[in-house]
Parts: sequence; structure tokens; C-alpha cells
Amino acid sequence: MFPARSLRRGVVLGMAVTASLALAACGSSSPSKNPLSGGSSAGKIVIGSANFPEDELLAEIYSLALTAKGVKVTDKFNIGAREVYYPQVKKGAVTIVPEYNGTLLTVEVDKTSTAATTSQVDAALKADLPSTMEVLNPSTAQDSDSVTVTQAFATAHHLTSSSSIGDLKPFAASMVFGGPSELQTRSDGLAGFKKDYGLTFKGFDALDESGPITLKALTTGKVQAADVFSTTPQIITDHLVSLADPKFNFAAQNVIPLVYKKAMTPTIISTLNAISAKLNTAGLLAMDKAIGVDHDSYPAVAAGWLKTEGLPGGS
Amino acid sequence: MSFLHFAWSWVSSSQHWQGSGGVPHRVLEHLGYSGLSLLVGALIAVPLGVWIGHTGRGRLFVVNLANVWRAIPTLGLLTLMVVLLGFSALTWLIPLTVLAIPPILVNAYEGVAGVDPDLKDAALGMGMTQWQVLRKVEVPLATPLIVLGLRTAAIFVVSTATIAAQIALGGLGRYIIDGLASNDYAEVAGGALVVVVLALLVQLLFVGLRRLVVPAGLRAQARASR
Repeated sequence: MFPARSLRRGVVLGMAVTASLALAACGSSSPSKNPLSGGSSAGKIVIGSANFPEDELLAEIYSLALTAKGVKVTDKFNIGAREVYYPQVKKGAVTIVPEYNGTLLTVEVDKTSTAATTSQVDAALKADLPSTMEVLNPSTAQDSDSVTVTQAFATAHHLTSSSSIGDLKPFAASMVFGGPSELQTRSDGLAGFKKDYGLTFKGFDALDESGPITLKALTTGKVQAADVFSTTPQIITDHLVSLADPKFNFAAQNVIPLVYKKAMTPTIISTLNAISAKLNTAGLLAMDKAIGVDHDSYPAVAAGWLKTEGLPGGS
Repeated sequence: MSFLHFAWSWVSSSQHWQGSGGVPHRVLEHLGYSGLSLLVGALIAVPLGVWIGHTGRGRLFVVNLANVWRAIPTLGLLTLMVVLLGFSALTWLIPLTVLAIPPILVNAYEGVAGVDPDLKDAALGMGMTQWQVLRKVEVPLATPLIVLGLRTAAIFVVSTATIAAQIALGGLGRYIIDGLASNDYAEVAGGALVVVVLALLVQLLFVGLRRLVVPAGLRAQARASR
């Protein structure tokens, strides 16, 4: 395809670029240090995020609001999974990360915890987090498993967005529920629906985790209710209704800032708490849709929400 | 050895052999998905391969297409079919048929194209029509390769039909997916073992089929040249 000479030139150019990048990388820190261990950041505010869109968006909101309040922040979004960023917060290399209280508790802090409600989970976090870290106030916004039906089903059965899972009781005997296979055996799956809400569905279809197969099964009527994550943009685009879970069959997953204690100032704490006070699931869902479906930019969506809520950093 | 240990402990438990979730029922479902996909694949790919082998027309295009075609990820195609078609028989039939076609097509083509031109000349010289040459000379001589293609496709399809469980259907994939979801390694290993055994039995079936359909003359020739 390519003449040999230009191919060779390309290889040489590529090598030169790689070498200069490698040198630049070495220049920033001493070469003997493991680059994965992170640097120290005395007094610096570093906002990190996990590697999925919603968490990055939340980090963007924190960053814009704090910057507007005169806090000098460094953005380090899209770091990776919790296993990667959590140790960084613990030692202060990252100072603020938007978290979800339920999985933070059961994945990192206390794997055997049975705390379910928002207040139980937060109390457990406050008691058991390593001493260098703390969580600030939780928002009401949750990205959790939810029992979801179509708008058409809801209308036909007189259900609204404030109806709860328990309101399915009269219809459950004729409904097939869809979700990932583990819900058949897990305590917050079929067993939990029965224990908490007295529901026994006619059948169960093993689908994916709130992905395209589940959504298609729900919208085509293969299943009448399904486990859909509460901030899935298709809830808006496919006209779905997530039912409330007042008994916390699914453990709480409130958005909450996880912070490095020593770096906190009253300004930072009050700014982040003001954000949590305004953030709810519907607002988060709308922002997720703007990013995931409409492909708006993260800063634009974050600034737009801050402005609507009358918070600093909005534009 | 722990795989076999777990697999055996699961397979040897009599409770896994009963009812609609038991091994016999799941094997029948599995063979249903596999058999239909193989049949549809064969109905498309054998005539097409034979025709291309006979005429030489579209040879390069079809053989290359079949090879590229092999790279289509079956699981991805399944999800795409769900999004496009919802949940019908075609949702699983299309990905598994797509998987079955390339080996059947390429082997049928190679079998017919590889027939000695002298034999075809001789057949035409004896006054056979093109159709008779195809039916009486080329296809019989190509049967060993055609059966080989079917056998290869059957192995692919039997071992991949486990994906039906992704869309809430049955088959042996049920054990693998449900076992993984509930962290039940014995169920995963047991299900996988049954798939392997089934694939081996299908192999044997095709070895028997080969004995039945390959002309006696070819078999004698193969024995003599051994």
C-alpha cells in the first residue's frame, strides 16, 4: 500500500514522538517513583471521578461550583474504578470524589454491612471510614436498581411516578419480571420483593443489567416490569416509570461527596452541601440524558444545572 | 482437576436431571436451537458453495466474504438483533446461522472446485449435461468436504448456542449464566461439561453420517491410498 520509504519515515516519526512523550513524562517526577502511586498534594484540591459518564458529570459540577467560590481546584476526572481512586483519596492525592453511599460502603468500607436506608448507610460510613476521609451530606439523587414499568402500563394500572413497588401487588400474579439472573437468588431480588412488598411475580426472565436487552424486553412487553438503574437515560426516551422503593429493598445509592478530611475548608464543605441539597434523581436523570442521548458537553450540562438551581458556577 | 471435580459433583446430582430446568430438557432445547440454525445455514451455504464451485462465478468475492464473516462476534450480533427485532425466533436464529455459514460455504465450494477437471471433461464427453455433471460427478466427489464443513459448523453452533440464555431462553447456557450470576461454580462447570460432551457426541454423529453419505468408491479409494 504505502511506498516503503514513506512507511519508514512514518515509523521514525512515531518513534520520535513516543520518545519525547516518555521524556516529558519522566521530567515531571523522579523516574524511580511508581507513576501509579500518585504524588503528594499538600493543600491542593484535586477533584477526581470514576470512569463513567455520570460520575464525571458530578465531578464537573463540584469543580465549577468550587471554582466560582474562589477555590483553586485541579480536575482529575475519569481516573478508573473505585479500586483505583479510593486509595488515592485515602492518602490525599485526590481530595474530592462524587460517590454513591451504598456501594462505597459495601465495596470498600464494610463488605458485610446490611445497612439499607440512606441514614443507615451514612451512619455506617461515618463510623467505619478510615480516619483520613469523610463523607459530606448526601443528596436525594440515587443511581440504584429500581423496579421500572412502561408509562403505558403505569397509566393502564393507575400508577404514577410516586407509586411504590408495593402498588404492583394486585397485578403481580400476571406479570413477568425481568432483570439480571442473580436477582433470582439474591436477597434483594425476588425474595426481597416478596418479603418487603408481598409481591410474587408470575415469572422471571433472566436479562442483562439494565442494558439494551432489558430495555427492549420491557418496551416490547416481553416483561411487564424490569430492574432498570434509576438514572438510565432511556427512562426518559422510552417513557418508563421507576417505582419508589420506600422500604429500601435495594440498598440506598445516594450521590455523596467522599473527601480527604485535612483538605476541607468551611467554604468547600458549604458549597458541596449546597449542591447535595439541590440534587435529586430526576435532575440527575435529565443531565444523564443530555450527555448520553443528546451528546451535550459535560461543562455545558453541569453549568446549566448549577444555573437552574441558583448555585455558584452556573452559566 | 478442580474443574472436573466441581463439574462432576454437579452433573452427578440427580436433582439436576429432573423437570424443565433439568439436563435432559436443557439438552433438547440446546439441540433445538443448534439443529435449526445448522439446517438453515446448510440450506443457504451448501447450494451456494456448490454453485460457485461449479461455475467459478463470484468465487473470490464469496470466499473472502465468508472469511471476513467469521469475524462477526456472535454475542454482539445477538444484542443487535434484540435491539432491531425484539424477541422472536429470528433473534437467536440469525446470529447462530451467521456462525454456521462460513465453514459450510467454504468447504462446499472447495469440494466442488477441487474435482479433477479431467473427470468433468470425461463426463461431458460421455454426453452428460452440466446439471448431470454437477449431480453425478461433482457433488458425490465433494461429499467428504461438504460433510466436513457441516461438522465444523455443528461444533461452532453447539458450543455457541449457550448465548440463547442471554435473552432469557433455555438451553445449556442457562446453567453457565445463572451459575455465574449466583457465584455457583459447580453449576457453571457442570453446564460447561455437558456442552463439551454434547459437542463430542455431535462430532461422532457426523463421523457416522460421513460413512452413510460418502460414496463407497471414494471410501475404497481412501482406504487404498492409506
